Amino acid sequence: MTAVLEIEGLQKSYRSRRRGTRNALDGFDMRVEAGQVHGFLGPNGSGKTTTLRTLLGLIRPDDGRMRLLGHEVPADLSAVAGQVGAIVESPQFFPHFTARETLSLLATAGEVRSTRIDEVLELVGLRDRSRERVKTYSLGMKQRLAVASALLKEPRLLILDEPANGLDPGGIREMRALMRNLSETGTTVLLSSHILAEVQLICDSVTIISLGRRVAFGPVEKVLAAHSAGTVRVRLETVADLPEASEALTRAGFRVTREPDHLLLSGVEEAAMVTRLLAGQGLYVSELVWIDGDLESVFLDLTATAPAPGQSRQVDQSAKPAAVGQRSTGGWGA
Amino acid sequence: MSLYRAELRRLVLRRLTRWATVLGLAVLATVAIGVFLSNQKIDDAARAKAEVAAEEHWQQQVRQTEEFRAECEQAAARGDQSDRFPPDCSQISPPPRDVYSPDQFLSSTFDFRASFGGTLIAVAAILALVGFVVGSSFVGAEWNTGGMMTMLLWRPKRVTVLLTKLAALLTGLLALAVTTTMLWFGSFWLIATTRGTTEGMTAGAWQSFALTGLRGVTLALVAAVLGFGLASLGRHTAMALGGAVGVMVVGQFGLGVLLSLTGAKFVEAWLLPTYVQAWMQKEVVLRDWQTCRVNPFGQCDPETLTLTWQHTSGLLAAGLVLILGGACWAMRRRDIS
Repeated sequence: MTAVLEIEGLQKSYRSRRRGTRNALDGFDMRVEAGQVHGFLGPNGSGKTTTLRTLLGLIRPDDGRMRLLGHEVPADLSAVAGQVGAIVESPQFFPHFTARETLSLLATAGEVRSTRIDEVLELVGLRDRSRERVKTYSLGMKQRLAVASALLKEPRLLILDEPANGLDPGGIREMRALMRNLSETGTTVLLSSHILAEVQLICDSVTIISLGRRVAFGPVEKVLAAHSAGTVRVRLETVADLPEASEALTRAGFRVTREPDHLLLSGVEEAAMVTRLLAGQGLYVSELVWIDGDLESVFLDLTATAPAPGQSRQVDQSAKPAAVGQRSTGGWGA
Repeated sequence: MSLYRAELRRLVLRRLTRWATVLGLAVLATVAIGVFLSNQKIDDAARAKAEVAAEEHWQQQVRQTEEFRAECEQAAARGDQSDRFPPDCSQISPPPRDVYSPDQFLSSTFDFRASFGGTLIAVAAILALVGFVVGSSFVGAEWNTGGMMTMLLWRPKRVTVLLTKLAALLTGLLALAVTTTMLWFGSFWLIATTRGTTEGMTAGAWQSFALTGLRGVTLALVAAVLGFGLASLGRHTAMALGGAVGVMVVGQFGLGVLLSLTGAKFVEAWLLPTYVQAWMQKEVVLRDWQTCRVNPFGQCDPETLTLTWQHTSGLLAAGLVLILGGACWAMRRRDIS
């Protein structure tokens, strides 16, 4: 398949006299195939928005290579900008302009035919409210307007950063249908979102980023299969034994998530290893069930951002990618 | 070209542009109406009336002087030596007739040749203020609302986008400034025709006014570029407005006080308004009055320093290069978040 977006070894650091150097992107790789809906996932502060901004020429990278629709960027960004529609982070517009004026100004600047304005307004459901000032819009309506502005160019690649933010359930479903339709007509969609169930539902492939590096990528089913295998739910005879069991299993190298009445273990190859280990400690298993992973649990596991009882996780507390990452050794984002 | 058209349309659609324009024009209209109402046409009847009034005032003054001298002589005869009268009553004499000129009793009248040049400074000041505020807001609000980022997603040429925006701003302001200045010329010609005089308007006088008007328009454009550049550097309208207030209040006022305390010569030469004045009036002559203090009994012949519009043009050019150049450099180099 043809790649429409390729990133290799992307690096971006922010230097501060007070806080030293922070690597926002630390050799990040990515590849998005044409015609797909590709999910781009990562915890807060992991580098998603930095990646998108760098790709779109808003941030200057320190190192790495990027290609959009076969063109090197940022050097050749002008050649492809007309084919890439994007919304990055929260939609922001002049509050005193109407939606129609906002789109009309963009259409004039981008030399887009004026009839396209009505088409995109219809598409995002703002047709009847298009002559109202943006300041009267709800967050969801502004989000729709942002999507409309990104669609104005009839893009070959659509980059959407949290497009469902502020949308009502009906809006989320419409957005899902819209992305599917666009994908079917050949538009590639790169979707950055925290609504993982949504991503699992509509994306063909995903890239997961943590601390500026890719920790997982590929078709959704393969990522799920590769990273959710070996997850078991363990119940003990008495709930009071859970802390002791958790410590013993962690010492043995399992990744343990404590729940109020059970433990979730990942990285388990054989169930017998668990029962044997716990029995050796005088802890007796009452239930041991293999569970199918979903994208959310895979994400939490890979990025180590699952909430732990009694602990407040800080923004930069994510998985160290070197331990689980799959760095490419050559080729575009491969 | 399409980007330029879009930016020009955005400029016209903006509320601040409209309000600032309306407000600026309202202030200028108020000035023109005030001048119209406070001046009168001087005809022969008005001149004759003024002659009579001057004669009456002089006669009244003569009568009062005569009465006072009579009182003085009576007091001298009584041997009164109070301070109320001079020792020699013959010193009391009526004022000469020419002290009471009929001109003093004429209504104010608008002399186009003598007064119009001064009014052009008001136009330039208002246009410069409108230019600075609209210019800084035009780009500052874009940064503030994320509009600049959106535009760069469509046209990823940073400096081109910035300069196209500036070109649209200058086009709009030039149209406003030229129209306003021409209306100003027309209004005051009308005022002079109906409430004053247009005598003495030679080709040279017209040329001088035209050049002053041109310098006023240029000043407005420069102010717009400076506001635009400062707001772009700070990525916020407040950067330009705050910077302007800072320079004027702290820089200029503070510097003025400091230089006065240190007894520096030609303090005004360090203050920006002096250069604006020199720009509009072609030159400003500064005098160092401290030399008069050194010799209080002799004739005051202070040292002078002449600042011309050429000095100001150098200063404006340096400011433009520094601020607009800095804004372009920052636009090119800094990340956009």
